[in-house]
Parts: sequence; C-alpha cells; structure tokens
Amino acid sequence: MAQASILDRLRPHVPWGLTTPREEGGRAVVFVTPGALLEVLEAARVHLGLDSLVDLTAWDRLPASPRFEVVYLLGQAGGADRLTVKVQADGDPPHLPSAVAIYAGAAWPEREVYDMFGVAFDGHPDLRRILMPDEWEGHPLRRDFPLFEEPVEFKGHTPKVPSEIIPFFPPRSSSGSGGETPPVPG
Amino acid sequence: MTAPTRETLTINMGPQHPSTHGVLRLVLDLEGETVRACTPVMGYLHTGIEKEMETRTYYQNVTLVDRIEYVASYLEEMAFYLSVERLLGVEPPPRARTIRILMCELNRIASHLVYLGAAANDLNISSVFMYCFADREKFLDLSEMVSGQRMMPGYFRAGGVASDLPGEFVPAARAFLEVMARRVDEYERLLSDNLIWRERTEGISVLSREDAIALCATGPVLRGSGVAHDVRKVLPYGGYDEFEFDVPVRAGGDAYGRYLVRLEEMRQSRRIAAQALERLPDGPVLIADRKVALPPRAELARSMEAVIHQFKLVSEGIHPPAGDSYVATESARGEKGYYVVSDGSNRPVRVHVRAPSFYNLQTLPAMVIGHPLADVVVAIASIDIILGDVDR
Repeated sequence: MAQASILDRLRPHVPWGLTTPREEGGRAVVFVTPGALLEVLEAARVHLGLDSLVDLTAWDRLPASPRFEVVYLLGQAGGADRLTVKVQADGDPPHLPSAVAIYAGAAWPEREVYDMFGVAFDGHPDLRRILMPDEWEGHPLRRDFPLFEEPVEFKGHTPKVPSEIIPFFPPRSSSGSGGETPPVPG
Repeated sequence: MTAPTRETLTINMGPQHPSTHGVLRLVLDLEGETVRACTPVMGYLHTGIEKEMETRTYYQNVTLVDRIEYVASYLEEMAFYLSVERLLGVEPPPRARTIRILMCELNRIASHLVYLGAAANDLNISSVFMYCFADREKFLDLSEMVSGQRMMPGYFRAGGVASDLPGEFVPAARAFLEVMARRVDEYERLLSDNLIWRERTEGISVLSREDAIALCATGPVLRGSGVAHDVRKVLPYGGYDEFEFDVPVRAGGDAYGRYLVRLEEMRQSRRIAAQALERLPDGPVLIADRKVALPPRAELARSMEAVIHQFKLVSEGIHPPAGDSYVATESARGEKGYYVVSDGSNRPVRVHVRAPSFYNLQTLPAMVIGHPLADVVVAIASIDIILGDVDR
C-alpha cells in the first residue's frame, strides 16, 4: 500500500529513536516527541514532497497524561500521499514549537488549537484567539470545561445540560449498564 | 490650506455587511482606495458545535453536522458518516452508496448555484441571483422528496441511508438534470458574455499556485490556481472510483478562473448524478448489522429481538470501538473531513471538522493586499465561504 511506504521513505531523514511509526486503518501515522516535531515536519515537506498541511487539530486526553495530543495531517497537492503526525504535550500551558515557518498555512489552525485547548505554539507570529471572544476565559474544548446553559430571566426553568438527555454509557457497556455520569467534572 | 497627507485609514468591513455572506469582519488598512493590510476577524457565528458533539450520541450529532455547511448538508453528512463507518468497520450496501453519491452531487450543483447567484449579486447582476435561486429551489424539492426536509436533511445513517428513494424521485431528478444542462450553459452566456462580470473578475484577486498550496487552500480555490487536486479523484471514497468525471482546472488563479471551475464542476456533477441514476442498483439501503442500524419498521411487530435492538439503538446509540479516524471527502468548497476520536462509549471524545471555508479564507489577505477596496467584495465571493463552516 502506498501509505505504508511513506513511513519507509521518511525513515532515513528523521531521528528514528524519537519517533514511533504505525499504520492505523490504512493511514500512516508517526508519533513524535515535541523536540523532534519540526524536524519530522521539515523532512516530510522536503524529502517526501508533502507540501500541504491538510489539517491541524488537537484533542484532550484527560485523565491520561500527557494530556493533549496535537494531530498534523500532511498531504500533497495533486497527489494521494498522506501522513499523520501526532505529538503529545503536557504542562500548563502546554508548549509546542510552531510549524508556521514550515507550513505557512498552520497560522490559523494553530490559533484555533490555542483558542480551544490553550496549547501555546512557540514562535507563532500572531498567537491570539480566533473563534472565541478576546476576553473569554478558559479554553472551551478542554474536557474539564463544563458545558452549561446560559441563565434565563423567567422562573420555573431548570437549566439542563445536554449530556443529561441521553445518559453516558462508558466503553464496553453495550449491554447497557444503566448510565453512569460522565467522567468529566462540571 | 493644508497639503494632502498620505495616511492609512483603518476601517471595519462587517460583521454586518451584505457582501461578507454572513457575519465576517475584515479590518482593512487603506491607503486611499488601496488595501495595505487585511485581518479577517471571525467567530461571530461560533456555536460550539465541536463541543456540543462530545455530549451527544452519533445519531444526535447528525443534526449538528447538517448545520455546519448549511448549503451542502448532504456532503457534510457523507464526510461525518464515512469517518464513523471507518471506526465501526462497516460499509454501506451498493444501493445506499449510489444514493449517497447521487444526493451529494445534486447538492453540489445546488451549492454552486448559491455561489454563482451570490457572486453575481455582489457585482449587481441580480437577475442571475434570482435564476440561480429558482433553480436551487428544484433541488430543495428533490431533497424534500427523499428526506422530508428541504435543508438539514438528516438522511444518511451509519451503514446506509434512512429510507429508499420514493417512486417519484427518479423521474424528478432526471428532469432536474435535464433542465440544469441547459441552465448552466445559459448562466455561462449570461456571465461570460457580460462585460461588467468579465472586467470585474478577470485578473482580479489573483492567488498564485504557490500561495494556494502554502495557505492550505482546497477545492475550487486550489483548482482555480492550477492544481489538479480533487479528493474524489486522488483519494476516492464512498464509491467515486466507479464514476467517470473530469477535474476542471484553471491556471489563472483569478476570480474568473474560480468561476469557470465551479461552472464546469456543475456539469461534471450532473454527469456523475446521471451515471448514478442510470446504474442505481437494487437491494437494501441500510446494512443488516443490528448493532449499528435500526431494524426495519415492519420487523418490530413480529420480532422481540428487533424491539430490543431498536430500544438499545435509540436509548443508547452505537458504540464505535476505541480509536480515531479521518476520511477526506471533497465538499463543494474543498476538502472536508471529520477527525473523530472514540473511546468505545456511545459518545465521541472529540470531533474535529476540517472546514474548507476556514482554510480557504486564510488566502484572503494574499488576494486583496495591494488592490482596491472594491475588489475585496469580489475576492470574498470567489472564495465562496460559508460562515457556518468557518466558525462552526
């Protein structure tokens, strides 16, 4: 499969001890340490011809540690090659090097990840919030950021969190365990 | 009398401006009529859909998914369900796959009609706007036939589609395609022969091939800058490899090129939809896996097992195995994909939408800086942003 050979082609160009290649469901995935991130992105761009950053996002692994996983999806304009680069970061705020110098288009998605998760990208030219208002406190897509209903002015209304409408069923409970509260506080 | 001075004037265009196609604010630094700096400010339509999706089951989430790129909801559902199906490891039956492609391509035509109408209207050619929206109405009628909804259909399901096509749909869809063949030619004559349209789009808001790639542009914006990249061709999904179609490309990188690309895409979508109608295979439209898809209504009266499955799916939903998935699709505006992370529970841990409008909007400063203010309107229209997609 073409996707697997990407990992082989990447191998000579990166410090392999700091990276873990893997194939998941037909996708070529490389786990890297924050220190090796830029080197891997640079190598993918220069040696593999992955000239476009398709997507950059993150997710909160709470309660696991390191807490945040940032996912870079690299692609090729006009080609089918794809490579997923994953990096995990911890700390408050977590720090990662910015990819803007390698992929100029990373500017906005990095702002979005900063806005939603509070991951600080060092070296970003303009790290500001992008979707939330500038004066917003907190980072909404963190798992411990509660989802709440805005207060209303009439009486007799009980605020309802959407997650209470259908109960949460933890993993491996397909027989139905009666619904436990989600592990997320708030 | 004081001598005229050269100074920069900072103005806000939007968020309430008719040509921002929603609520987009642009902070523009002007030197006379010339734009010296452009900072898009978005988030006015941010509704926290990604956060909301983490608290809902996969079935409930379709309701939210439809509202992201609200003029191309079928394409949106396609992207979401392909990603969920990749997690589940299921494939829809052949008839469902063809119906999905058929609805997606009809929707793509309707979505490009919105672009064409809105872009023409921005240049004061309002008759084209009226014609386009009248034609789009015919697609909305088709959508109502299959899903009961004109917009926000909620028609796709994990492992297929909600119901089979009604009997009157196929002739109606054929009639729509028949009309569109003539109408697209008509629009081309109306605009390509229009001096105002030509002068205001040819060579205006040029995006170079290098900038388009570097700034992550996809879809008609990328193809208008000379890169033959269509996810349906390079990474076929959902059965697109069985269809014959061409990928239109223009090298100019200007607003006129993007218009021609979209016009040609409407013809190609028509071609794909006609092939889909031609070969529509028989068979079920939903897989028989009762852990994923609801049992048919008739079974509920006879089978206790079906009732249990129905109850479990409605009250609890599906449990995709732990892992993450991303399937790239070609939406009307570019690459759309859902990055879905599951931990094995009945709700996703994280859903991220790779929004083509968000990435395409990033190219706006490169298009407008150094050009007159009036061309900003042309640039926004030619990127064809949907603010629901930008802000999510």
